[in-house]
Amino acid sequence: MTESLESSPLTPVPGTTGQTGTVVRSTVLKRLFKNPLGILAIVILLAISLLAIFADVLAPFEENFANISKTLAAPDAVNILGTDSSGRDVWSRLLFGARLTLLSALLCAAVAIAIGLPAGLIAGYYAGKFEAVSNWVVSILMSLPGLIVLLTIRAAFGPSVWIAMIAFGVLISPSYFRLTRSAVQSVRNELYVDAARVSGLSDPRIITRHIFSVVRAPIIIQTAAIAGVAIAIQSGLEFLGLGDPAKATWGVMLSEGFKNVYLTPTLLFWPAFAMALTIGALVLLGNAIRDALEDGEKIKHRRKPAVKGTTTAPAAAAKRSARKTPAAVDAGTEHHLVKVTNLGVGYPQADGSLKKVVDDVSFHVDRGEILGIVGESGSGKSQTAFSILGLLPDTARIVAGSIQFDGNYTVAPGEELVSQERLSRLRGRRISYIPQEPMSNLDPAFTIGYQLVTPMVRVLGISKAEATKRAMKLLSDVGITYPDRTFKAYPHEVSGGMAQRVLIAGAISCEPDLIIADEPTTALDVTVQADVLDLIRDLQRSLGVGVILVTHNFGVVADLCDRVVVMQNGRLVEEGAVRDILRQPKELYTQTLLASMLEGKTPMSMLVSSQKEPVS
Amino acid sequence: MSTTENAPLLQVDNLVVEYPSKRFRAKPFRALTDITISIGRGETLGLVGESGSGKTTLGRAVLGLAPVTGGRILFEGQDISHATRRQRRTLSRDLQVVFQDPYTSLNPALEIGDILAEPLGVQGMEQSKAKTRVKELLDQVGLPSDALHRLPREFSGGQRQRVAIARALALSPKLIVCDEPVSALDLSTQARVLDLFLQIQQDTGVSYLFVSHDLDVVRHISHRVAVMYHGEIVEQGPAELITRDPEHPYTQRLLLASPVPDPDRQEQRRADRHRLLEIQRQQHEQADALA
Repeated sequence: MTESLESSPLTPVPGTTGQTGTVVRSTVLKRLFKNPLGILAIVILLAISLLAIFADVLAPFEENFANISKTLAAPDAVNILGTDSSGRDVWSRLLFGARLTLLSALLCAAVAIAIGLPAGLIAGYYAGKFEAVSNWVVSILMSLPGLIVLLTIRAAFGPSVWIAMIAFGVLISPSYFRLTRSAVQSVRNELYVDAARVSGLSDPRIITRHIFSVVRAPIIIQTAAIAGVAIAIQSGLEFLGLGDPAKATWGVMLSEGFKNVYLTPTLLFWPAFAMALTIGALVLLGNAIRDALEDGEKIKHRRKPAVKGTTTAPAAAAKRSARKTPAAVDAGTEHHLVKVTNLGVGYPQADGSLKKVVDDVSFHVDRGEILGIVGESGSGKSQTAFSILGLLPDTARIVAGSIQFDGNYTVAPGEELVSQERLSRLRGRRISYIPQEPMSNLDPAFTIGYQLVTPMVRVLGISKAEATKRAMKLLSDVGITYPDRTFKAYPHEVSGGMAQRVLIAGAISCEPDLIIADEPTTALDVTVQADVLDLIRDLQRSLGVGVILVTHNFGVVADLCDRVVVMQNGRLVEEGAVRDILRQPKELYTQTLLASMLEGKTPMSMLVSSQKEPVS
Repeated sequence: MSTTENAPLLQVDNLVVEYPSKRFRAKPFRALTDITISIGRGETLGLVGESGSGKTTLGRAVLGLAPVTGGRILFEGQDISHATRRQRRTLSRDLQVVFQDPYTSLNPALEIGDILAEPLGVQGMEQSKAKTRVKELLDQVGLPSDALHRLPREFSGGQRQRVAIARALALSPKLIVCDEPVSALDLSTQARVLDLFLQIQQDTGVSYLFVSHDLDVVRHISHRVAVMYHGEIVEQGPAELITRDPEHPYTQRLLLASPVPDPDRQEQRRADRHRLLEIQRQQHEQADALA
């Protein structure tokens, strides 16, 4: 919801806070450096890299310089970490080993990227034959037993670290291929790629400019992980004694240490420590980068909101703790089906402020009445409807006001959260809901019949057979010609208009007193919309149910509503009978909205040309 | 070029678009059947129809984004139905697009300035010249010049659509394909963006192929209207005629289905619609009985 709130289509009313929150750009790097684990990982990797680069200067001895007279020596001033069984300096070998080990890991990752990345880009972008063939190759590569291939290569080409790592790079290139391909597939059909094609950009330029940016981050994360694996694999091979004994690497040192584990256990410790440190740092770095990328847009919500209900919070909070059931509603208002009084809904922000999305909204709905709530995106109309339903996100807070349903509070004055205990007794039984997107509100895994019958069995406590009979009747009531066929169908087998009829059938299945319909026809074609509006009108008349209709369309309002509430930026602008609001709107905002309607306007005339797009 | 001067800017003859089926040896899916339309200079052709009627596909075929299986698309007398990428690059000077969804039609990773400079760069314009042109464009669509270094997500839907319109205008094209450009926008934003489209046409004489599901929008912006239904054009003619007194049953239904913002007139329209549906149902039954 917060996304739609960032933009306010008309100039915000002064005094409403947080409606025009400008997005602060923070780079991934900056966020990375805020993460202590990320900094630690970078520092460790930098230190090890520097030690490896300056090994020639820093190491007191040559990597293979052996002092036969001083084997397996304990640490002293000359050999600060002692010597191995051939009298070679452990510290020096560790430094030279770091160089070789890191370089080989880099080589492995470079080979894997060089193969996997371009292949993935091409396969993802062009699809077709190249993708089919490369998928085959990838499957074959992935089914090869890696270690056996590496042993075979060792047998064929001799104990070269480089050849082993090139081979391993080829073996793990499928992981890059798959990563790249799926990232590219997700943006291949984005409209901005189409726009670039229309501009005549060549494919290589589209790939480098518009598509490569989405693969960059995952590739970096993957490389951190792959480098760690490469170090482990390479050291493992050498530990088995398959490495080049003339070269100092951590694996060779580990192997050497293992042979002397009973004489000098520290020989095993140092290379193992170096490897653990490096691999651990790589994994941490990968995680830190991922967190930095993912947390970019997220606002961390505090447990306790900094701002509480502004008006009567302290007194009411004290009262609330003293009693279990909410107080009786004000006398003389019991007859309203729903009464919303001075409602305020807000979202606590990371900086302790409160983003108010509904502010001081009051209205009521009587039995058998249709109330329209009209407004543009960000007007708070859906948030208002959801607070009546008790379906606000967990982070939302009722900051002011009350809501009562049929003479009882669902949100008593001073309460911060909607009481789920109270509302779950009402939802489905007495208050039901028709959503905007019919398709996404049906579970694709279950048949339509199952999704109609289960709630009825649960809520009404009737048998399954009875519920099935009832569901059939409901389906024919909502104008479905072959109820039994629709009953057995899965959601993907019916059209959008049909799905909305099914949801309406579900909404009336438990004979509610109030139906909240959130843009029930917005996702439908105009001709289907007219049918669904007819259906809602007929059902409302025959059932005598109260309806809250949330919409942006004044035509829909004119078609259905008795009374109208106009909202803008979380505030109530105007309320009145439908004819008054549509014919003689008092407020400027309502007038502007109605002036934007195209019906009855001279074609090709300017509608609101004097206004410019407001800048947030 | 003198021979093409009198010819329509865009001429589509008997266009067929088929998408190959995913299944082996299955019949391809026919999205468009035998489409014939034309658009003159400075003219707007409104294309209206329900979802799945093929109206978006027609726009995409003109842009070279949908496979042309049969028929021809002529732009200034030149056949562009199978244009290569190189021909498209030349063509993009004259033929541009504004898509429906202002949230995905702009690359979220690029600054507004870079997005607008892209089509200019493709045509080989110098950077300094491109910069001046980008500033002009921002001004033309009513965006502040500090928008240059901001990212798309910092803007509202209406503002993003303005950016998309500015990108389409960058090379001063002769025809812009507008694919539901106001459907995702709020009512008052929609009105302002429609004003912008009209203003640009007055100033530059550009032609539009304006695709929309909303008959009111199409009536407001178009000189001529074509109605699509199940991949075919069922009716086309002057906007005034088609949107007041349509002949095809589908257009008649469409016209009466759109609700008007007045309870009493809407009640009248509802009654008219029910009467029409009843008449059409009877005609349908008679036709069935004859067959």
